[in-house]
Amino acid sequence: MTKAQHIDWLLSLADDALILGQRLSEWCGHAPALEEDIALSNIALDLIGQSRALLSHAGRLEGAGRDEDRLAFFRSDREYRNLLLVELPNGHFGDTIARQFFYDQFALIRYTHLAQQTFDSEVAAIATKALKEVRYHAAHSAEWMIRLGDGTELSKARIQESVDRLWPFTGECFQEHTILDAAIASGAMPDRSRAQNTWNESVGAVLNQATLTKPEGSWKQSGGRDGLHTEHLSYMLAEMQVLPRLHPEAKW
Amino acid sequence: MDENERGMEPYLCGESFHAMDLNQRFEDYIAADQKIEAKDWMPDEYRKTLIRQISQHAHSEIIGMLPEGNWITRAPSLKRKAILLAKVQDEAGHGLYLYSAAETLGANRDDLMDALIDGRAKYSSIFNYPTLSWADMGAIGWLVDGAAIMNQVPLCKCSYGPYARAMVRVCKEESFHQRQGFQIMLNLSEGTDEQRAMAQDSLNRWWWPSLMMFGPNDESSTHNEQSMRWKIKRFSNDELRQRFVDMTIPQVELLGLTVPDQDLKWNESTGHYEMGPIEWQEFFDVIAGNGPCNKERIAARKKAHRDGDWVREAASAYAQKMNAKATSNQTHAA
Repeated sequence: MTKAQHIDWLLSLADDALILGQRLSEWCGHAPALEEDIALSNIALDLIGQSRALLSHAGRLEGAGRDEDRLAFFRSDREYRNLLLVELPNGHFGDTIARQFFYDQFALIRYTHLAQQTFDSEVAAIATKALKEVRYHAAHSAEWMIRLGDGTELSKARIQESVDRLWPFTGECFQEHTILDAAIASGAMPDRSRAQNTWNESVGAVLNQATLTKPEGSWKQSGGRDGLHTEHLSYMLAEMQVLPRLHPEAKW
Repeated sequence: MDENERGMEPYLCGESFHAMDLNQRFEDYIAADQKIEAKDWMPDEYRKTLIRQISQHAHSEIIGMLPEGNWITRAPSLKRKAILLAKVQDEAGHGLYLYSAAETLGANRDDLMDALIDGRAKYSSIFNYPTLSWADMGAIGWLVDGAAIMNQVPLCKCSYGPYARAMVRVCKEESFHQRQGFQIMLNLSEGTDEQRAMAQDSLNRWWWPSLMMFGPNDESSTHNEQSMRWKIKRFSNDELRQRFVDMTIPQVELLGLTVPDQDLKWNESTGHYEMGPIEWQEFFDVIAGNGPCNKERIAARKKAHRDGDWVREAASAYAQKMNAKATSNQTHAA
């Protein structure tokens, strides 16, 4: 992996966490129960923490004086490398849970590998901590998938609809991509087809327990890793970045 | 805590006492600074007062999440975002254990929530003011949480055990909140001209509402006397307000800001600051529902609750299915 590829790869990891954390933080104060206000904020906090560590690492590696905030607040949507899945609007609670479930299952596989790889020891240390968090996130989202799937007729219909709508965005997790291919070749990322199989199995098992139907479609929405996003990301960044952009000289 | 640790005979011996004896024992017990526990006998009025006070406090925590939640997505650095998110999450936690404390008195969380979204319950009026700038995150932490701590620290010693213990934890977290709020203000006051202006503007808007948080002047406060005797309240509104002003003015000076009170002056002989008159009409207007954000706050809470109906229903339907399954497995096993 070249240095530029290495940085891009770190940004892809950081941006997944940051953008999903930012989305989840929108729930704060608006969740279906106080317990979920707490849980969703907690997950958002973990994700933002992961992104901070990864962004700082990317900035140091780059050596151009960009810290975590410079990278978070002064990149445009075209420079963001996150999956499209994580930038999609929260929708209702079921949409948020389905999005989280698909991502958590992916993050679990990815962080398990990242914690063990030797290509980048800093990432291994970050991943070791993150893995503990992601295990809890994955348990939380899987439990809700099952509760909503096997709850009432209404909740089953709603969560099935969320699963179907989000499904085309899950393929991007395992899509071929120059930078990720380079990371796989360096041993930094898990083998693609093995990772995808593991994901399919674990997602299938939870959907099954949730009495939900796993979608058949193989169409993939993609572009996030290249900075080609949905219409939603630019709005999200406009909101997130407004203060530092308005006061570029200020320290907070 | 068991009876022995409490160091006194349990005052409740049930049927052998007439209501008047119970009442007298209750009053004596409180006068001796002992804690009343959930299962102890207590006068209905004491129970009602506590449920009202604890649930209003819980509601304030929950509604208080909204004005601060308003800036989480726009926090100007990732560190500030994480701190603010953690703070608002703490407030949800406070709400949760205060509702639990109210439940030990026989209240029901769902009923309390219904009362809040139907507009029947009260909560701290301060949250009916809008958060218009990032500096408001500083002012709320510093002034609003600072005033709340002033009100709440005495409650750690209040006569009702579950409430007192909940308040110990709440106060620890609130003091962290207050420090982070002051830190934001300090940061802004040492920053660019725009940042300093932002801090001053925010102080201008939050100063008086913060002083109003201590409630009406002592001579016009309705719940004072009884609550003081029951040790649910331990200092008067005016005493606490004075303490808050005395503590805060040196901090304002440290920040290089000024409070919007031309009459404020140090009184050498009393050792206290004298403040100008509070516009109580504004306070009563906001309480009556006419603050800038009353309707928005309740509407947001109502929407979150209603939007979550199907989720909570699904969770309880699923829990019932699992219970039924467990029961049927046990029956088969037997």
